[in-house]
Amino acid sequence: MNIAITLTVNGVVRQVEVPGRRLLSDCLRHDLGLTGTHVGCEHGVCGCCTVLLDGEPVRSCLTFAVTVDGHDITTVEGLAAPGGAMSPVQRAFAECHGLQCGFCTPGFLCTVTALLRDNPAPSEEEVLEGISGNLCRCTGYQNIVKSVHRAAEIMAEES
Amino acid sequence: MTTKLFGEPVRRREDPRLLTGQGRYLDDLGGDALAAAFVRSPHAHARIRDIDVSAAIDVDGLVAIYTWEDLPALLAQPLPLLIPHPALTHGRTAHPLARDVVRHVGEPVVMVVARDRYLAEDACALIRVDYEILKPVVGVEEAAQSAQLVHDDVPGNVGAHLVQEVPSAAGLGAREAIDAAPHTLAFRLDIERSASMPLEGRGVYARWDADDRSLRVYTSTQTSTSVRMAIAAKLGLPLPKVEVIAPDVGGGFGVKIVHPWPEEVLVPWAAILLGREIKWAEDRREHFVSSAHERAQVQSVRVGFDDDGRVLGLEVNILHDHGAYTPYGIIVPIITSTQLLGPYKIGAYRVEFSSIYTNTVQVTPYRGAGRPQAVFCMERTMDHIAAHLGADRTAVREVNFIRPDEFPYDQGLIFQDGRPLIYDSGDYPESLRMLKELIGWDSFPEAKARAAAEGRRIGIGIGCYVEGTGVGPYEGGHVQITSDGRVHVSTGLTSQGQGHETVFAQIAAAELGVPLERVSVVTGDTRRFGYAVGTFASRAAVMSGNAIALACRKVKEKALRIAADALEAAPGDLEIVDGEVRVLGAPGASIPLATVAVLSNPLRYAFDEEAARATQFAGTPAFDRPPVEEGQEPGLEGRDYYSPLRSTFASGMHAAIVETDPLTAEIRILRYAVVHDCGNLINPMIVEGQIHGGVAQGVGGALYERMVYDEHGQLLNASFMDFLMPYATEIPLVETAHLQTPSPLNPLGIKGAGEAGVIPVSAVIASAIEDAEGIGIDRMPISPSELFDLRRAATGRSTSET
Ligand code: FES
Ligand code: FES
Repeated sequence: MNIAITLTVNGVVRQVEVPGRRLLSDCLRHDLGLTGTHVGCEHGVCGCCTVLLDGEPVRSCLTFAVTVDGHDITTVEGLAAPGGAMSPVQRAFAECHGLQCGFCTPGFLCTVTALLRDNPAPSEEEVLEGISGNLCRCTGYQNIVKSVHRAAEIMAEES
Repeated sequence: MTTKLFGEPVRRREDPRLLTGQGRYLDDLGGDALAAAFVRSPHAHARIRDIDVSAAIDVDGLVAIYTWEDLPALLAQPLPLLIPHPALTHGRTAHPLARDVVRHVGEPVVMVVARDRYLAEDACALIRVDYEILKPVVGVEEAAQSAQLVHDDVPGNVGAHLVQEVPSAAGLGAREAIDAAPHTLAFRLDIERSASMPLEGRGVYARWDADDRSLRVYTSTQTSTSVRMAIAAKLGLPLPKVEVIAPDVGGGFGVKIVHPWPEEVLVPWAAILLGREIKWAEDRREHFVSSAHERAQVQSVRVGFDDDGRVLGLEVNILHDHGAYTPYGIIVPIITSTQLLGPYKIGAYRVEFSSIYTNTVQVTPYRGAGRPQAVFCMERTMDHIAAHLGADRTAVREVNFIRPDEFPYDQGLIFQDGRPLIYDSGDYPESLRMLKELIGWDSFPEAKARAAAEGRRIGIGIGCYVEGTGVGPYEGGHVQITSDGRVHVSTGLTSQGQGHETVFAQIAAAELGVPLERVSVVTGDTRRFGYAVGTFASRAAVMSGNAIALACRKVKEKALRIAADALEAAPGDLEIVDGEVRVLGAPGASIPLATVAVLSNPLRYAFDEEAARATQFAGTPAFDRPPVEEGQEPGLEGRDYYSPLRSTFASGMHAAIVETDPLTAEIRILRYAVVHDCGNLINPMIVEGQIHGGVAQGVGGALYERMVYDEHGQLLNASFMDFLMPYATEIPLVETAHLQTPSPLNPLGIKGAGEAGVIPVSAVIASAIEDAEGIGIDRMPISPSELFDLRRAATGRSTSET
């Protein structure tokens, strides 16, 4: 019944055997032990489970693990530099108090990482649009928006 | 420099771990644990005739199936009624697994344990429960009039009934005062259900150590100490053999203060029985139908006032819908009825509530806890008075304010902590002045006229509140300085994202004079601190903050005494700076706290060079005194508790400008301004964040969120698809200003800030929409289609009148 798949997760090749119905979110969290990816609804609305699939944000709770066999996945654990230094997006969230309980945060970080890669200097509207698929129950979003702008600034300064 | 830590926007110490995926929330633990899942009632009211598990037995990986009949005597009892009250004459709580009758959709009926959650759910799907469907009671007014009963032995579905009356200074009752007043008004208000809805649901993970005969339970709770006592009591275990830990918690907002949840006792029980680790993590639908909701009330108001708008008498009747059970007592309607008066001096007040059973999910506190309803009532009343008199809405509020020189001000009521409702401090006129300036209240009429000239409708609204925060009975703090110079702080209450690790470290670092980096803080872990109440009622900073400060002061005193001996100086001549005890005005004469910690603990055995300094042949001991003097204890540590005389009262005022679309009735918030007073600020960045988050939840409650039950008691919108929590696109920028009137009640002069943001939002938005539209708004939340219907009804009325 189980199907062997191979994923490249945060640059590391991982092999795992999963049933066909195993969600990617559960595979990452429970089979691979990468619990940084969170699950807030399991029906595709909250965005907590967002990871980067070949660089693009996807909802891992709406993805079967077997369908991404052979693909490249980045989770929140893979956003920092190899030495452990936090990425500009992560640093900006710390600086601007862009998180409280931190449960939604991994999803926002993955979403924003892709957003700023594609659009390094987004307008206010573009930031709102870019994060409008992620729920946060704690922050009221104001400091998350601020964090995104600040991350863009840090990236510009450091490039 | 260390002393400046208090009041600084210090960056959060929890962030590096949470930003890198290293947080540990409940479902991140226990990777090898068995999984529990539940069969829950699909009916709002039904009698269980039979449970047939035969089809589930063959599911691969199934370990156990439990129903009520399997539970031992203590567990088979109803769950505790946590907060009894004399007015709660008919309190009822659920059994951990349903016994005979289910009273709301989502009530747990069967627990399944299997190798993983997928398999446990497979088994659940195969279990057949035969129900005799009973007629459900839905809607608070229907329930109050229905012959149909939620509990057979609760007549009229009335769980509690309470009247509180405060006569006027002249001794008039509210009804007489209203009848005698120059003006009177009467109206009705409605608020719908909403819910805390943290993004992390509930969850429990239990490990039984059969060799040690001890139990460790992790749970996503707002009160680990009390869960521990409940588990020990329900499972008949000795308290010292039970540890409960709240790991990182992904938001609480009230719902996680309820305990013990059925799952919190069932999962540990099964873990002991099976000798296996077991975990249950709630899914989103379970959270909607099996945890708790809040807010729903119907209020009837009668008010009498003079020509200036001064309230002479106020009478409020509240129908409160508490759902199927009352595990948390009647705290919510008590808070509504006692916090209703806000910053005002009301001539005479009479409030009466009935708390009513319905076949819906139980109602327990959600951030604000009854205050949003209270403020909606009082502030709608103020707006009604202003409209009646043709007066400015802020002027009517101003004439009713308690003046700054009138504190402490006794409202003559008994608050939720069972103690007198006496406001400790505040400056409401100044707060209003700041708010008017921030939002531009006085120049708004011109803006409105300009907008009207462009065919746009805009309106401005206001809402004021006073919030009792930091309720007792107590919290404690423990502080230990170890011989490596590190400072270990712990407190029993729990954290759900409020940044306690940071603010408590700030307090400890400032009190002790040590660098912030040396301080670490642990909350919600009964292994570290066993006595606590919990995190709710905006009490963490006030209660644990002050307890930690007091514990630090004890430790500091001891450190100075020991250092004084070593430095041959008087304790009064010493100060602690940067982790070093120094003699004032004698540079060079100093001793690190690490060394003081070594000296505080006389040793026989040395384990390193530092420790060698405290052994019996080192130094020059005084032979006329024992190594540990009478009344002293070894070690540089201290424990203290803070127990306040009564609550401290924070306050605030919000204003908003909204725009309503003349065609589509879409409602947009253009500006949102907050003036907030929570006494001294420990960390302004964190307080600001709390306000932003609160306002966002308030906006959700005002414009988007509601629990839609049909007449069968089915919750029609039990998913994030249909329960509309706001995204970034719906939340306005919140502009804030702070006023700081310190509380005289506690050593740090602080008041709570956690709930403030959410409290007045529905009142403010209603006020602003009413101003934009010229149509009375008396129920919240309000959707564009409801506003559209109100417009139609209003034009219909005016057409029929002409
Ligand atoms: S958990 Fe995937 S979107 Fe909510
Ligand atoms: S920080 Fe708690 S949900 Fe976003």
